[in-house]
Amino acid sequence: MYQYDEIDQKLIDERVTQYRDQTRRYLAGELSEDEFRPLRLQNGLYIQRQAPMLRIAIPYGMLSSRQLHKLGDIASKYDKDYGHFSTRQNLQLNWPKLEDVPEILAELATVEMHAIQTSGNCIRNITTDQFAGVAPDEIVDPRVMAEIMRQWSTFHPEFALLPRKFKIAVSGTKDDRAVVQMHDIGMEFYKDSSNKVAIKVWVGGGLGRTPILGTVIREHLEWQHALTYCEAIIRVYNLHGRRDNAYKARIKILVKALGIEEFKRQVEAEWAHLKDAPNTIPESELERVSKHFAAMPYETLPAHDAGFDAAIASNPAFAAWVKRCVHAHKQTGYRAVTLSLKTHGIAPGDATSTQMHTVADLAEAYSFGELRVSHEQNLILADVKLSDLLAVWEKARANGLASPNIGLLTDIICCPGGDFCSLANAKSIPIAQAIQMQFDNLDYLHDIGELELNISGCMNACGHHHIGHIGILGVDKDGSEWYQVTIGGKQGNDASIGSVIGPSFSAHEMPSVVQKLIEVYIKERTPEERFIDTVRRIGIAPFKAHVYAEKNAAKAEVVA
Amino acid sequence: MSNLIQFNGESASIVENQWQLVNLPASQVEERKQAGKVVLFKLTGENTVTDTQIAETVIPATGKVIVPLSVFVTRHSELTPRINAGEVGVWLATHELLEDLTAQQTNLNALPIIAVFVERFADGRIFSLGTLLRTRLGFKNELRAFGDVLRDQLFFLKRSGFNSYLIRADRNAEEALASLNDFSTPYQGAVDEPRPVFQRYSRGN
Repeated sequence: MYQYDEIDQKLIDERVTQYRDQTRRYLAGELSEDEFRPLRLQNGLYIQRQAPMLRIAIPYGMLSSRQLHKLGDIASKYDKDYGHFSTRQNLQLNWPKLEDVPEILAELATVEMHAIQTSGNCIRNITTDQFAGVAPDEIVDPRVMAEIMRQWSTFHPEFALLPRKFKIAVSGTKDDRAVVQMHDIGMEFYKDSSNKVAIKVWVGGGLGRTPILGTVIREHLEWQHALTYCEAIIRVYNLHGRRDNAYKARIKILVKALGIEEFKRQVEAEWAHLKDAPNTIPESELERVSKHFAAMPYETLPAHDAGFDAAIASNPAFAAWVKRCVHAHKQTGYRAVTLSLKTHGIAPGDATSTQMHTVADLAEAYSFGELRVSHEQNLILADVKLSDLLAVWEKARANGLASPNIGLLTDIICCPGGDFCSLANAKSIPIAQAIQMQFDNLDYLHDIGELELNISGCMNACGHHHIGHIGILGVDKDGSEWYQVTIGGKQGNDASIGSVIGPSFSAHEMPSVVQKLIEVYIKERTPEERFIDTVRRIGIAPFKAHVYAEKNAAKAEVVA
Repeated sequence: MSNLIQFNGESASIVENQWQLVNLPASQVEERKQAGKVVLFKLTGENTVTDTQIAETVIPATGKVIVPLSVFVTRHSELTPRINAGEVGVWLATHELLEDLTAQQTNLNALPIIAVFVERFADGRIFSLGTLLRTRLGFKNELRAFGDVLRDQLFFLKRSGFNSYLIRADRNAEEALASLNDFSTPYQGAVDEPRPVFQRYSRGN
C-alpha cells in the first residue's frame, strides 16, 4: 500500500498543529460555535447526542496491521474500547472528548493517518472496491488513481468550502463493487480500443433525501486528465450549486436543474481551459504511485491444497464459512477473506479494540500485513494462502469475526442511527439486531441466499437504504420512531433505487415485516432466483399484499 | 489599527488601507424567506440590486474608491475620468458574475484593485472567483477579500490568487498573519504555485 514520504508526513504533521490551535482558540472563546463548526467538520468531528464523534479517514479502505493496532490502542485510550467501521470505509469513534482530538490526531500521524476532510462540505474520502488489486475480474487497479486523487483533493484551495459534501468513488472492474453510480463523481477505469487506460465518468449520483443514480458525463477520458476533468466539474458546481438550502445543494440537484446536456456543455467549456494544465498527471507520477501497489511477493502454489480439501469435507462449519466469507483471487492458491463484523446481536460494523488487534495480527501473520475495510462494513484479508484458511478461521471464530453470513440477510449495512447520531430520526442498530435474531438459524439463512438489507436512521441515507434489496428508513412521525420499507434496490452495474411498499411500521413490527417479505420470495422464487431477481420479475405488489394483509383485514373488520 | 493584510512580493504584512469602500444603500426590498427562515445565500447570477439603490449610491467625490459592480457598470461614464486616473476599483459579491464585469471592462488591469465580498465564511465561491480572475482573465493587480474573512480561510485565499485580506473588524490581523503559512508543501497546483507536488519535487519511489 501507499507509504508516506517526508512531503506527505509534513502535511499531516502541519495539520495536527493547525487543528490543535483551532481547538485551543475555540476552548479559549476566540472562535464562536458557528465559526468552529466548519473547521471541526473538515476534520471529521461532529457533535453528537452523547459526545463528539470523530471520523478517521481510511483512504479507499486500505489499512496496515500497524495502523489497525494504533486504531485499537486509540479506541482503548480515548474511547470505550470499540470503534465503528462506516459505509464509506472510515472508522468512527463515538465517545472521544473534544479536547483530546488534537492528541488523537497526533497519534494517528505517527502511523500515516489523519481525519482530514472526513466530513464538511469538501471532497471526502475516495472509496473503491475492497478487492482492488486481487480480484480476478479486475482490469485496472483503482487504488493508484485513488491515491493520486487523495493527494490532489487534500486541502484543494478552490474546493475547500463547496455547497455541500462531495463524494468520489473509483472502480476498475467490469462488475462494479464501488457503487460508482451513487456518488457525486463516479469513475470506472477500463482499457480502451487502443489498450490504453481510460475513464468512464458518472456525475450527479447520490442517495439522501433525493435518491438518484449518476448519469454518464463522459464515456472516454484519458487517465492523464482525471484531475483537471474533476476540477472542471467541481468548479461548475462550486459556482452554481445551490447554497440557500442544504437539501438542494448536492451536485445531483444542479445536474437535474440544468439537465445533463447543459451541465456537460458547461463542464466541457471549463475543461477546454484546464486540459493539459499542470495538474495533468504525468506517466512518471503514475509509475511512482503504482510501485506502492505492486503485486505482493506471492509464492507459486498449486490450485488445490489437500489439507484445505480435507477440512472442507470433515468440518461443515468451516465449509459454511468458506462458502460465504472466502472469495476468488487472481493468484493461484490464494483467496481473499471477509471477516464479518455482523455477528448477530452486535451493532453492524462495530469492532472492539481486542478484535482490531486480533485482525491486525491475522493480517500480519497471513496476509502481508495489510487489510481493507469494505463499504459493507466488514474487514478483508486480501491475500491468504489456501493452506492457511483453516487457521485464519479458527482464530477469527474465537474472536467473533467468522459469522458465515457475508452477502446474506444478516450481513446488514447499518448507520449508527438514533443511538448516537444527532441527525437521526430513529434508531437503526436495535432494528438490525432484532432482524438478526429473527433469522438466527443458519440453514434458513443460507436457504434464503444472497440478500442485501440496508438500514438508515434518517433521510441522509448513510446506511444506503435506497440500494438495499430490502431497505429500511427511520422516519419521525409526531415525535415517535417509524420505519419505511423499500424493496428492489440494488448496487452494481445494474443499480436501481428501491420502491416504497407502503405505510411505515413501528420498531417491534420490523422483524415480522422482513419475515413476510421473505415468505413471499420463498413461495414465488424459481430455483435460480435471488430475492432481488424475484422482486424485479414479479414487482412489489405480491410483497405488499402479504405484508399488509393482516392490517388490511383488521381495517376491513373495523369498517364492517 | 489597520486590519488589512497585504502581500508585497513574497512577504505579507499589515498595512494601512488606501481605499474607501463604497456600499449600496440598504434595500427596501424585503428579505426573501423560505420555510420561515431568511435565505442565507444568494444564488449565483441572481439580480439582487435595484436601480434605485444604484442611483442613490453615494460615491465620495475624491480619493480612491472601490465601487460595487452594479454601480461600476451602470454609472460607468460618470466614473470614466477617475478610472483613467487609477482611482477606481470594483467589488463584487460571490453571487455576481465575472461576465458582467468583463462585458463592461475588457482590460481588467486598468483597475488597480478588485475586491470580492464574502458574506459568510462557508461561501467557497470566492475561491473559484479568485482563481478565474487570475488564471482565466489575467488580472494582475491587487485582489482583495473582505467581509467574513477569518484567519482559517487565508491559506486557501492565498492559493486562490488573493493577495490582500481585510480581516473582519472584531478579529486580530496580527494573529491571522501566521495562518498564511499553515502548510508548507501543498499537493496540488493552484494560482500561487501552478505546479503540483509531482512537478516540483522528485519524489523518488
